[in-house]
Amino acid sequence: MNTGSSLLRSVVGSGGARGTAASISRREAWLRRLPLLPAFVYVVLVTQIPFALTVYYSFFSWNLLKEGSFRFSGLDNYARLLTDEGIRTAVLNTVVLTFSVIAISVVLGMAVATLLNSEVLGKGLMRTLMIAPFLIMPTAGALIWKDTLLNPLFGLLPNLLTPFGLGRVDWVNRFPMATVVAVEVWRWTPFMMLIILAGLQSQNPEVLEAARVDGATPFQAFRRITLPLVRPFVELGALLGSLFVVQTFDSIYMLTYGGPGQDTTNIPFLLYFVAFQGFNIGQASAIGVVAVIMTTIVATLGLRTLFSIFQVEARR
Amino acid sequence: MSAKVMARGGFPTSKVVWSVVGWLVVFVFFFPVLWMWLEAFKTEPQAASSPPTILFVPTLAEFQEVLSGDFPPFFINSAIASIGSTFLVLVLGVPAAYALAIRPVKRTQDVLFFFISTRFLPFAASLVPLYLLARDLHLLDNIIALVLIYTTINLPLAVWLLRSFLLEIPHDLFEAARVDGASFRTEILRIVVPLIAPGIAATSLICLIFSWNEFFYAVNFTSSAAATAPIFLVGFISGRGLFYAKLAAAATLASLPVLLAGWIAQKQLIRGLTMGAVK
Repeated sequence: MNTGSSLLRSVVGSGGARGTAASISRREAWLRRLPLLPAFVYVVLVTQIPFALTVYYSFFSWNLLKEGSFRFSGLDNYARLLTDEGIRTAVLNTVVLTFSVIAISVVLGMAVATLLNSEVLGKGLMRTLMIAPFLIMPTAGALIWKDTLLNPLFGLLPNLLTPFGLGRVDWVNRFPMATVVAVEVWRWTPFMMLIILAGLQSQNPEVLEAARVDGATPFQAFRRITLPLVRPFVELGALLGSLFVVQTFDSIYMLTYGGPGQDTTNIPFLLYFVAFQGFNIGQASAIGVVAVIMTTIVATLGLRTLFSIFQVEARR
Repeated sequence: MSAKVMARGGFPTSKVVWSVVGWLVVFVFFFPVLWMWLEAFKTEPQAASSPPTILFVPTLAEFQEVLSGDFPPFFINSAIASIGSTFLVLVLGVPAAYALAIRPVKRTQDVLFFFISTRFLPFAASLVPLYLLARDLHLLDNIIALVLIYTTINLPLAVWLLRSFLLEIPHDLFEAARVDGASFRTEILRIVVPLIAPGIAATSLICLIFSWNEFFYAVNFTSSAAATAPIFLVGFISGRGLFYAKLAAAATLASLPVLLAGWIAQKQLIRGLTMGAVK
């Protein structure tokens, strides 16, 4: 009955539910693990060993274009991280971008999901059209926004807004961060909508009907019954979404190329710039290490929140 | 206005009102996609006209231009990278998910979390060493590098997703097969794969979406020979009204496979995006 708990159970897994692990001998246990091994080894090889190398490189000064520039530099790269304004800007931009995109798209996603869950005409088609922004190639979406919709001379929006005195506004250059946020919200709202809609649809309509009969206003029913039910779905969407949005690169590359100045440079873009435009391998590695630490903190906190709700459910 | 709309065709007023509101919202979100399509069927002067051209005779000229030009190799590279990595993900992922779902051991939970942690490890973590390795192995601008990287990106998701499907199969089925003396290979190919066919479809869909649309590694690891569809679009980045119709045609074609796949498999989409958590 309780969808919330089954949802979270599958999020955090129900390992050990089958078979009694304790009774299995060592040899048997290894045989059981064998099918896991190829995938495990592959993931370790391609993610963990490179990460160890990233940590190693971060203690060196190394410009890829300068022959023989590889030398140990201790914590220099990290010291620069603390003093460099560009890096502080990138961290701040990453936080602003991620937070605003997730907050706005959760609210919009909730609104659209509520609409699609009510008695409207053409629900199926609405849902189909609604998920298109999420499926469109992000580079293609960003280009369409930048060139055909927002371009101050030829774009549709400035043309439409001219009668209102807002024509010829160069949206991308005057409001670069807002533009990136808007395009990302356009892309992530359908994602949130899909997850929250699944939550809403798991609701028993009879409960809402009973609340209505008992004299609850629609707003009360939403706050007291619907909201607690969809909360884990919202949390799941926000967590997964933020792990993706933290890595935003495509739309920044296409819309603003990190600019003007550094106005839309986030950590992934800074890393790209330092590593592949500046070829400063040591510095790029230090940025990588810091990015991993930041992501790990966010992900661990997020997963722990989901985990704690799950344990409360399980104890009942 | 809409509050006064009388109930039509037996529908209550509120239903009409909410339908109108809903369709307005959907129109706003879908509009950029619609506009992309419209622009793609225009001539260049129509595509960048001011005021915008709304009524026009559709032409396939720009699609022909894109398809007869240098676009097809990019498209083929995307297909190789996506299909190749999806295949590799399934080959590695199905046995792994099987082990985690059907034969759990003490540290199953830790392994699962380890897998998913690698999916959300920022690409910053491994970008530089992978780039240097690809350079030393002469895999830069080689589609194999992208196949291998996309496999890494999708494998953790695939393991979680496939496992969620495997957990739904009655355990006795596997026991019965083992009692009957089925080898591991037989068990996987004859029992596991057919039983979780929908799961494999959902997993393939998610893998295809993520690898087809991937840009960061593509832009850094390829330049010409192995460049994928999103890289082709970079060529339009500084377009100032000169080739909007061509841009829109290219963007339409590049987005088409994922858009169609996602629309056809809407039900699997949500389960895949949440790694099996939401059904």
